[in-house]
Amino acid sequence: MRAADGTPLKLKLQQTMRREKIKALTLIAPLFLFIVITFVVPIGMVLTNSFYDPDIRDTMPQTVAALRDWDGSALPDEAAFAALATDFKAAHKAKTAALIGKRLNYEIPTLKSKVTVTARKLDKVEQGPWKEVVTAIDPVWGNPETWATIKRASSAYTPFYLLNVVDLKQEASGSVIGVDENRRIYRDILWRTLGISALVTAMTLLLGYPVAYMLATLPQRQASILMIFVLLPFWTSLLVRTTAWSILLQDGGVITQFMSVTGITWALNALGVLSGEPQLYKTRFATVLAMTHIQLPFTLLPIYSVMKTISPTYMRAARSLGAKPAYAFWKVYMPQTLPGISAGCLLTFILSLGYYITPALVGGPTDNMVAGFIDSAMNSENNWGKAAALGTVLLTATLILYYVYNKLVGIDKMKLG
Amino acid sequence: MKYLLMTTALAASLVTSTAALAGDELTVVSWGGAYSESQRKAFYEPYNAAGNKITEAEYNGEVAKIKAMVEANAVTWDVIDVDTATGLQGCAEGALETIDWGKLGLDKSKFIGGDLLDCAVPNIVYGTVFGYDSSKMKDGPTTINDMFDLAKFPGKRGLWKNPTVNLEWALIADGVPAADVYKILGTPEGVDRAFKKLDTIKGDIVWWEAGAQAPQLLADGQVVMTSAWNGRLQTAIDKDGKPFKIVWDHQGLDWDWWAITKGTPKIEEAYRFITFASQPVAMAEQTKHIAYGPANKDAIPSVDPAVLGKLPTAPDNLKTAFNVDPQFWADNGDQLKERFNAWLAK
Repeated sequence: MRAADGTPLKLKLQQTMRREKIKALTLIAPLFLFIVITFVVPIGMVLTNSFYDPDIRDTMPQTVAALRDWDGSALPDEAAFAALATDFKAAHKAKTAALIGKRLNYEIPTLKSKVTVTARKLDKVEQGPWKEVVTAIDPVWGNPETWATIKRASSAYTPFYLLNVVDLKQEASGSVIGVDENRRIYRDILWRTLGISALVTAMTLLLGYPVAYMLATLPQRQASILMIFVLLPFWTSLLVRTTAWSILLQDGGVITQFMSVTGITWALNALGVLSGEPQLYKTRFATVLAMTHIQLPFTLLPIYSVMKTISPTYMRAARSLGAKPAYAFWKVYMPQTLPGISAGCLLTFILSLGYYITPALVGGPTDNMVAGFIDSAMNSENNWGKAAALGTVLLTATLILYYVYNKLVGIDKMKLG
Repeated sequence: MKYLLMTTALAASLVTSTAALAGDELTVVSWGGAYSESQRKAFYEPYNAAGNKITEAEYNGEVAKIKAMVEANAVTWDVIDVDTATGLQGCAEGALETIDWGKLGLDKSKFIGGDLLDCAVPNIVYGTVFGYDSSKMKDGPTTINDMFDLAKFPGKRGLWKNPTVNLEWALIADGVPAADVYKILGTPEGVDRAFKKLDTIKGDIVWWEAGAQAPQLLADGQVVMTSAWNGRLQTAIDKDGKPFKIVWDHQGLDWDWWAITKGTPKIEEAYRFITFASQPVAMAEQTKHIAYGPANKDAIPSVDPAVLGKLPTAPDNLKTAFNVDPQFWADNGDQLKERFNAWLAK
């Protein structure tokens, strides 16, 4: 069959379809490009820092070249020492010795000062033999392990940061072992982050579900007034709400004063639950409390939207068929709200994983979550590799959860209303 | 055209050679609270009155923020008030400009510690001390050992959320002579020992981050004693009439410095401001607002004698003082901060 202009109809149809497709793509393109440019690319670049670190390769080019064929069993030869001396002299002039030291220091503590001192002293030495000169400045250069560390760090790609944030390290031999006891914290922090998030999610569900039910079943006029009480905190800045909690909870603050005036403090003391004044501020309790308050609307609103779509006739039918209220609710009503529950809970859980301000302001040092450690890695330790690695771990954990959720519940079952 | 170029060049050279000429705009970063207030009174306000415009910003000594700015080639902080560790580390890692004293038109030898750092000009000498509220405690703590003595002085104590001075104090309270502190802290066993000592009071520590928080914690009664930078406590005593008492035992002496961010487009303006702020008159004026020792020795004669005794450099206050070792912290700061953060999180 042919169209009016003589082209085969099949071809003509394909052409029209293609034109439609291009039109649709042009409409999507702005958002797609926006997401790629403002989200995918920068996040990708930051995450690259977790395994890409070219500092040693760039600042010690000669040493890296000299160590290429070194087998790591004994000390490298004179040529390697000469290369190190050349690199260190150049680094001293370019003020990059501290950078070299910093990177090596992650693996062998105290090496930072040794690198800068060695570079400074080498700057004044003109003549070899470099092996003697360099090891005389500091015996650490006579240790094959130091050289193995340099060789390992010389590749621009390193597993070091990612291993570090799961409390592992690579030995000189290449095998992976756990880090020293006093540095073993990151696994705990990851579990802590997941635990707090799960607890907050459960709390918001427990508190939010009945409220959502009430809002969905009340007459429209009353429901909209009550809805304001849910939305008003939702529209208030997170920082304001967190600060409000710190005023309420601090020692000698409103809540502790109320407790002592009404005799609650006394009663708790008499019962032996508490000794002295209650400590609320800077505790895990305060963190979970403030986070629950902030996250409540995120769990509540999707459940509410789903509940609005459930016809009351189902419940009436169940009741008229003889089901007791609790049974009818459990068997007929609740299953219909599941898409809303999963949407709300997943939203709250994933948002909770990245909490940073709230634990920092109302929680104690032991309530800091992964995001807090990303902050200290960037701002106080000046270690972007670690910050990126922590970010990677958090992102991976989130993706795994999403995957598991999709397998168990199915993402198509999720409804925001 | 040639004539025009020449006059422009001439005008430009005149501008650069005359200090504090009007019309400069620059961002000066400091530590906030009473300290920034003293700098505002002594430096920024007179400087602005001469027709310049200073924008203030605040930070808590995060060298990483400066580095990030320099690496991203987006320098918005022109002059930064740094402590010694930040000054040394920032210099070694290429985040700060090397100071050209000739350009400043100042005599290095007139400044206490003038030749210590390549990238900074000494500004003040301050002490990390601790204090308590004398209206709540009659026989208060007198030595650094009391900070670690929960039996004698029960209750919360405030400390800076940073390993600097805390580790030194922990070792001193554990019986290490002040002179040997850095030798011991340089060994892994020494670091373990310091953290072990801090462990004994860990549950009773309230951590402060910004300098202004320390006197506030004490005023609110959140702590029975707290470490603080001496000027912050003194200002609370003098200006707000707080009944605080400063314990000078084993105060950690350190400098604050003016530094210029590497690659700032306003380097000439930055030099002119530092020259202005380093004049004896300006430095003596600052002591009226906060009790820090002026680094320019020429400023001392102009300081009010009543203030002199409150400075960390007063002989009575110096008896057991130790110098916070800048080289030690520049070399070991990163790794001790990491260990400290790990310790906090446990």
